[in-house]
Amino acid sequence: MWKRLHQFASPKFFYHFSGHLIPWLWGAFAIFLIYGLISGLLFAPPDYQQGDAYRIIYVHVPAASLSLMVFSVMGTMSIIYLIWRIKLADVVATASASIGAWFTFLALVTGAIWGKPMWGTWWIWDARLTSELILLFLYLGVIALRNAMKTPDTAARAVSVLTLVGLVDLPIIHYSVDWWNTLHQKATILKLAKPDIAPSMLYPLLAMMVAFFLYYCALMLMRVRIELLEREKRADWVKNILYPSTNGIGASKD
Amino acid sequence: MKPHRKKRLYMILVILLGVTLSASLAIYALGQNMNLYFTPSQAIVNKAPTDKTLRIGGLVKEGSVKRDSNSLKVNFTLTDHSYEIPVQYTGILPALFREGQGIVAQGKLNVAGVLIADQVLAKHDEKYMPPNISAVREGSE
Repeated sequence: MWKRLHQFASPKFFYHFSGHLIPWLWGAFAIFLIYGLISGLLFAPPDYQQGDAYRIIYVHVPAASLSLMVFSVMGTMSIIYLIWRIKLADVVATASASIGAWFTFLALVTGAIWGKPMWGTWWIWDARLTSELILLFLYLGVIALRNAMKTPDTAARAVSVLTLVGLVDLPIIHYSVDWWNTLHQKATILKLAKPDIAPSMLYPLLAMMVAFFLYYCALMLMRVRIELLEREKRADWVKNILYPSTNGIGASKD
Repeated sequence: MKPHRKKRLYMILVILLGVTLSASLAIYALGQNMNLYFTPSQAIVNKAPTDKTLRIGGLVKEGSVKRDSNSLKVNFTLTDHSYEIPVQYTGILPALFREGQGIVAQGKLNVAGVLIADQVLAKHDEKYMPPNISAVREGSE
């Protein structure tokens, strides 16, 4: 089992493995996205309070939940990197940061667009909105810190610790609507009780959440592959990929 | 697990514990300030000051909305079913404003205990359903 994991974490193996996986991820993403968009925007009924305006939920909620999920992936990768010094974990964290930052930005922007007609304001400093904004700053801090460091190893350690510190914001975002009174309403889906949403509206939303997740996986793996080539550019397996014609030392095999 | 890895794991746990502790202390220190608004009960029982801007959140009392016929002025009452605060507001109300709706009004209390609001925001709940189902549900209650 440990041998399997170590093989999985080897850059060469992971590069080829993810190369096979990515097309399938994009295909599944397209299916979920098309189903989610068509059923969510055209077939789901309007809401009893908000009419058709609630349909921005099909972008807002997936973006917001992915913004939390991507950061928790980065947190997990940081812990793995700090303990076992597995470089692939740091590469995954690197590739995830800017995607997560964009999800957070999208959640904030769609939330503002939704808030203006429904609540009556683009922005309010309530606990949910503020903690989500802090998450955006955490993402930007992680990206900036990595770019500020010269060698990948020192960058990886510093960024991992910052990510660990940032993890504390995730439960605050999730529970902010329960712990304090906020303008943002409480959780609809991510709670222990039954979701408070009609099934005809829920299924497109779940499909969109899966679509966003697959999008993240596919994009992240593509970025991981580029980052692996960049970091391993002196390794033979990379030279074989980049210059297949010049069969130099250690060529062939794959 | 090898000893040096175990040591790093403990370091991580210490960092996580420390960060959680400091975040909890910061939040504890902020206390009531983390809340966006006061309920009418909190405002009345604790005798909210008249010279400070504050937010009151509650439900719009049924039958309390009175619109001025030749201006944008509107009067209504916010309730949490135990205490009530009358609100006066001049301006455009959010689309979700109606009787029974959760509302957050921001402004200053005058000496008569009326909140002179400069902003009225609507809260909506976490429930999403088609109009016909909500009509059936309301009818059955």
